[in-house]
Amino acid sequence: MPDVILRKTIYSIEETFHEGGPQPEKSVRRAAGLAIIENPFAGRYEPDIQGFMEDLKPLGLSMAERLIDMLGGADQIEGYGKGAMIGEGGELEHGALWHAPGGYAMRQLLADSNAIVPSTKKVAGVGGRLDVPITHINASYVRSHFDSMEVGANDTPRANEMVLALVMSTGARIHNRAGGLDAADIVGKDGLR
Amino acid sequence: MSAKIRKIAVSVEETHREIGRDISPATRKAVAVAVIENPFAGHYQEDLSALMDIGAELGALLGDKCVAALGITPAQAESYGKSAMVGENGELEHAAAILHPKLGAPLRVAVEKGAALVASSKKMGSPGQVLDVPLGHKDAAYVRSHFDGIEVRLNDAPRANEIMVAVAVTDSGRPLPRVGGLTHDEAMGEDGLR
Repeated sequence: MPDVILRKTIYSIEETFHEGGPQPEKSVRRAAGLAIIENPFAGRYEPDIQGFMEDLKPLGLSMAERLIDMLGGADQIEGYGKGAMIGEGGELEHGALWHAPGGYAMRQLLADSNAIVPSTKKVAGVGGRLDVPITHINASYVRSHFDSMEVGANDTPRANEMVLALVMSTGARIHNRAGGLDAADIVGKDGLR
Repeated sequence: MSAKIRKIAVSVEETHREIGRDISPATRKAVAVAVIENPFAGHYQEDLSALMDIGAELGALLGDKCVAALGITPAQAESYGKSAMVGENGELEHAAAILHPKLGAPLRVAVEKGAALVASSKKMGSPGQVLDVPLGHKDAAYVRSHFDGIEVRLNDAPRANEIMVAVAVTDSGRPLPRVGGLTHDEAMGEDGLR
């Protein structure tokens, strides 16, 4: 299987203090890691692609570790998500290779992460943007933590590239008040509630 | 008056490879953005000194954020730039008041020295619009390898009554620079130009 050839990384963090309402004591932070890599399958139909998932595992782990570090430790992380943008020389299916190495890298490093990692993917041109969904790490139905983070860069994905994204957050939406399952009421067994 | 900050975002990008060649060490750029309330949105204000003070506050805050995100000492910073995008209820002059009179001095403390003019850009804009922050060498404006820029955008800013203020800092020039001119190593760094 081909090596992972990394062209570029982008790590972003944003901290929201309020959004027009009363400023809570605790701000909310979100961080995104992007790895811009060569798509080893660009330009042709390749029937057997699954081996590349194994190659992506170390990359997934290093990205997850750096995000945790940026946000101040694993115990700070309450939400996560992942995504991929595939340059025009590739196909949507190539983005699906990120599900296992990206998702399990985060879950391996985060305690009580029973929830499925929400995801999105698309084929895009250079400058494409991706809205990466975020949900609670331990219970998908926690409504306060439904969120997303927009990622992308002006010079990627080139036709033969993929942008692989991991996103983590430290809490609920800043003025969350739409009800639903509260994080305090999580049972934490099935990943849903 | 101090800035009413709604949000701060910091991004670091590293280029490890370009056009088939390894870049070692990787070139690295950081950009830090503050989204603040525009105290003069919706009306004409003759005296803009409050925005100038906000500029000083943000020059230090955002400069420090960039240096910290790059994980470097202030002296290791090589280039810098500053920009502002004003939401639709403000005016371009608000960006000028933040950027030009007072933002530079504390930014120069954050990157140590900074003999050169801080490259800048400004515009009116709306949520999701792109702001291109120009970059130039911090001590010698003619260092050609360090002419660059970095794009920043936030999907939710600037709202009509907000201003987005950005500072960018690097620890390197462009990947694979080869258009000649004054180099980083040749720069004297005394007059801000060479």
